Amino acid sequence: MIRLDEMDKRILNEIQLEFPLSVNPYEVLAERIDIPEEELLKRLQRLNNRGAVRRIGPIINTRKIGGTSTLIALKAPYSQTHEIGEIINKHPEVSHNYLRPAEYNIWFTISAADRERLDTIIRQIVDETGCPILDLPTKRLFKIGVKFDVR
Amino acid sequence: MSDKLDPLSRKILEVTQHGIEYTHSPFKKIAEETGLSEQEIVDRLKEMQSQGIIRRFGASIGHRTIGITANAMCIWNVPDEQVEDVGKVMSNFSEVTHCYERPRYPDWPYNLFTMVHSYSKKDCETIAGKIADATGIYDYRLLFSEHEFKKTGVRL
Repeated sequence: MIRLDEMDKRILNEIQLEFPLSVNPYEVLAERIDIPEEELLKRLQRLNNRGAVRRIGPIINTRKIGGTSTLIALKAPYSQTHEIGEIINKHPEVSHNYLRPAEYNIWFTISAADRERLDTIIRQIVDETGCPILDLPTKRLFKIGVKFDVR
Repeated sequence: MSDKLDPLSRKILEVTQHGIEYTHSPFKKIAEETGLSEQEIVDRLKEMQSQGIIRRFGASIGHRTIGITANAMCIWNVPDEQVEDVGKVMSNFSEVTHCYERPRYPDWPYNLFTMVHSYSKKDCETIAGKIADATGIYDYRLLFSEHEFKKTGVRL
């Protein structure tokens, strides 16, 4: 956990959605929130070092450049969830992987170039773990915003 | 990923996706590497954004670090003919960061998935209750993450 003052919160809210795409973006941003650019850069460096800001960059829509992805729910025996979680993690195409207690208890996303490649990875994971799965690809996307209200 | 991008734009994405620097001219290095001007780098990023290749250009937040430690996958059993309307209402909640329709299975009736992030589990439950009241969908469950095995951005 990190302590945030009001200016840190203001910065965190601002840089998620309203980051200015320009040659000197921090100059624009500093002017907008009315602090010297030097101070903004210092604060961002600290927020980054402490893990409050992971990175500033493009969030890529892989579908637009030919990629595809799915969500898999897997039913693992409770005593083996951690080893099975590790088996799944070994696949670099797995981007998110969580233990969520329910009938299906390991939830992970896979991204690959196409559906065929996705199916190959899913088959491998089923073979390696011996666990039943649900393949839950997106049928319709309503929101992918990931903007956190920092308060 | 298959190639629908020209090599320079691809290179710009590959470099910037790891995060730009916290300096006065964060695009200077990539401009030198590609032989483009800084303005051309920015213009290409803007173009990719308008094409939808870049969903958003901005910060990824370490939400756990700043205290947003609870995240619930809320799964909803929504009558098929209501999915369009209900999905829109759910998306309007600021605590809902993702909202997708996904297929049902014989042992899995839930077809609408929302991610809710907040400061506590109780917060998430309260928000889910508000969403249920707003949509009239009461067949739902909250799956909290007990452990994060992996979290990386989707990379090129």
